[in-house]
Amino acid sequence: MSASSRQRPSGVGRVLVAVYAILAIAALGRSVFQIVDRFDEAPIAFSLSAVAALVYVVATLALGLGWDRIAWITVSFELAGVLLVGGISLLAPALLGLDDANPFGREATVWSAFGAGYLFIPLALPVLGIFWLRHRARAGVVA
Amino acid sequence: MIIGFTIAQTIVACAVGVLCVVLGLAGRKPNDLTVLALLGVEVLLVAQVVVAIAAPAVGNAPTGNPVEFWIYLVCALLIPPLAIVWALVERTRWSNVVLGAAAFAVAVMVWRMEQIWSVQLA
Repeated sequence: MSASSRQRPSGVGRVLVAVYAILAIAALGRSVFQIVDRFDEAPIAFSLSAVAALVYVVATLALGLGWDRIAWITVSFELAGVLLVGGISLLAPALLGLDDANPFGREATVWSAFGAGYLFIPLALPVLGIFWLRHRARAGVVA
Repeated sequence: MIIGFTIAQTIVACAVGVLCVVLGLAGRKPNDLTVLALLGVEVLLVAQVVVAIAAPAVGNAPTGNPVEFWIYLVCALLIPPLAIVWALVERTRWSNVVLGAAAFAVAVMVWRMEQIWSVQLA
């Protein structure tokens, strides 16, 4: 009981990895379908969607297996992506070849409207990921 | 899909999600209750597969893209077993939270499947 307190940080990290894995599956499934079914409708948005999905897969592996450098790169990339693409999708959807900014529409991607179609999890996860990586670096844990 | 079954499935998945997350945060390790609860969510998903195969034969065909629907359903089917394996391998309180997160993910995906099946905005 009391000995488990030492495991706590790594345990929370496990939850982060699990949620990343779920998001990776969700983003990958959707982007594969969109590219197979309707790539011509919004090639830029769907390509970004596929890149995002692949980065989620790499981030999941990096966080889970303790590849900290790759985790930093992928998590930072996601934060930049969700802010940049999320902003563009709302302010200038035409830049991405989108007809509208509806985060639930047929052209929506994981980053549209800051991830609103995914309960803003794509926005929250990289922030939590960065906190987690900083925490672990400070604690000096070598995974 | 059958809307009543979808609603029941979503409620069950959310309830299991709350149960597992609360027990996990309360410091409990995964036990029969939490693992079997998520297994129940998986059983309902398998029932959904049967419904999705049978429904078009009785005049309840999807209005959306069936491929998109099946991608969601197959992905949803994969999530609870992975979470359960995780809980069996790593027996800490946080595995209960992982079980709960899996249940919530299934709830969202089932709701999205219902939209693909019966609600077309465009």
